[in-house]
Amino acid sequence: MTTLLESYAAVAGEGVVNHLCRLSAPLKGMQVVHVNSTRIGGGVAEILTKLVPLKRELGIDARWEVITGEADFYRCTKSFHNALQGSPVNVSNALFRVFEETNARNAERLRPILEEADVVFIHDPQPVPLLKLCPNRKGKWVWRCHIDISHPYRPVWKRLRNFVSAYDASVFSLAAFSQSLPHPQYLIAPSIDPLSEKNIELPAAEIKAVCDRFGLDTDRPIMLQVSRFDRFKDPLGVIQSYRLAKTFVPTLQLVLAGGGATDDPEGETVLEEVRAARADDPDIHILALPADAHRTINALQRAADIVLQKSIKEGFGLTVTEGMWKGKPVIGGDTGGIRLQVINHHTGFLVNTPEGAALRTRYLLQHRDKLQEMGQKAREFVRENFLVTRQLRENLALMLVLDRQNEDRIQLSVG
Amino acid sequence: MFSKRKGPKPLVIKDCTLIAIATGRRAQNLRELRDNLQTVHPGSIYYHFWGGLLRSRFDDPEYNNDFAAWANHGLHDKRLAERLGVINPTDYCDLELLRRELIEVIEERLDETEFVPWSKTDQQFQFIRAQIILFDTPWRIRDPEELAAIVPRMPVGSIFYHFIDARRCTSDGSDDFRAWLAGFSPEYADLCDRLASVDPYFVVLTELRQQLASLFSEYFGRGYT
Repeated sequence: MTTLLESYAAVAGEGVVNHLCRLSAPLKGMQVVHVNSTRIGGGVAEILTKLVPLKRELGIDARWEVITGEADFYRCTKSFHNALQGSPVNVSNALFRVFEETNARNAERLRPILEEADVVFIHDPQPVPLLKLCPNRKGKWVWRCHIDISHPYRPVWKRLRNFVSAYDASVFSLAAFSQSLPHPQYLIAPSIDPLSEKNIELPAAEIKAVCDRFGLDTDRPIMLQVSRFDRFKDPLGVIQSYRLAKTFVPTLQLVLAGGGATDDPEGETVLEEVRAARADDPDIHILALPADAHRTINALQRAADIVLQKSIKEGFGLTVTEGMWKGKPVIGGDTGGIRLQVINHHTGFLVNTPEGAALRTRYLLQHRDKLQEMGQKAREFVRENFLVTRQLRENLALMLVLDRQNEDRIQLSVG
Repeated sequence: MFSKRKGPKPLVIKDCTLIAIATGRRAQNLRELRDNLQTVHPGSIYYHFWGGLLRSRFDDPEYNNDFAAWANHGLHDKRLAERLGVINPTDYCDLELLRRELIEVIEERLDETEFVPWSKTDQQFQFIRAQIILFDTPWRIRDPEELAAIVPRMPVGSIFYHFIDARRCTSDGSDDFRAWLAGFSPEYADLCDRLASVDPYFVVLTELRQQLASLFSEYFGRGYT
């Protein structure tokens, strides 16, 4: 076993890594290329940073290529992103031409690698035209969609679907995101990396220092929600539930921690509304943190007694996974991917109202033994289901079945 | 070293993993569930009955199949959930018979209700199917006593494959361990009876592995676990 795999074996278990080694045996030497539009920042880059080296350690000739473009290209793809998530955003023909031309330029550079590859993973809509620009491709092409496209804005999806349809398969995070497409749609849920800055174990002194920096009293209970300042995350509902719970737990503190809202005009408005709702309560801490404040978020999650994700609408909710990994029960909105993670009464509670969140908060703070037990179950649930090793396993499984899409049972001839 | 007893061929231990596929079919009410069940890929019936057992879950699951769980959590029809939850998939030697039984139970419920139960839009039943990938492990069990040493080290995929999944492939619904031990007949009849009393539906796979390991360890009288 190699160093990187050894480090994951220490967290996920040696059996998990042995399983990966056996599963990947038939894939040794296979040329696999992942293509996305950024090497740094965002969930896709974060996952590829780990998936690609892990595949290489398993003997797969995996590489990661990034397409580049000018401002208009990113303006166009940002519009795609919003439209696929349901916003009625129209993309002009001129902007769409920029999208196609940028991909054509990138194809000139990448074509020799892509056409030779055994499997090509195209991540999200930005590089999706590359398939049609590689007419002599010999391998299988998979479109990996990381976005919640359960209710896409149809005019935009219609144009993108023309590109996606030609792929051999696509991958979605949840069944609810799947679309009408002429190829198999595999399901692979997202994951967290237990060895990243956001999730790695932290010394108690560092957690205390972060709390001190933000004026949090570690001797008093803390409820925390980490999320963008977005109406779908219901930060005002969180404040309401905190106030309802504080009547019974006067020492309670609330932390609402989120990224900056510079590129999101509505985010700024919501942040102002949240600040106004806080009024002069010194126990409500609103933290607008930079996008790379991973260690700070990690410390806050570890310092918290209870993690909330009271979303009204949620794609998957990796902040739920992160909180659970730190051994915290999560009080989550009864919606989307939160339901896959918060198993009611086991790893936390599903709620539909601020009142429900307040009630569960009071219950957990009153029953510390239950809080500990649920937190422990939550951590183990993440270990079994939502670590990067599981995502890697499903990725390997997908590569193994791409040629055998009509078989229900596939026997590999490896030992 | 284990003694080599004369018996059947070695038990080849396999491991397995699943990859899930969205069928694109959804049901928002009970009638749609029934209609989809009539034509959905048989792999979907397999996934919603058996596939869940390979996913991580808790030691006190409310229901043993996804249809029953949805009847409760999506449709809020507890009566239907209980009736669906009691269906034992090993009673049906083929998925088509299991499909038929599901449809029967649902139609019976449709007959007795005045209104068709509905779910919220974001709680629709999503029909998923799976491809199962089987692969060899280095383990070959030649002597039953080896079970006590090897079972505790088996991956959970192997436990699923040999102790749960195997039941749908044998005529009497027995697992691979019992089927293999029967080849030594009648020496291990008592051990087979003990294995038959292990209910795999109410424990997680890691616990099931522990139960089996303890059972083999006790039987062969060695402190393996």
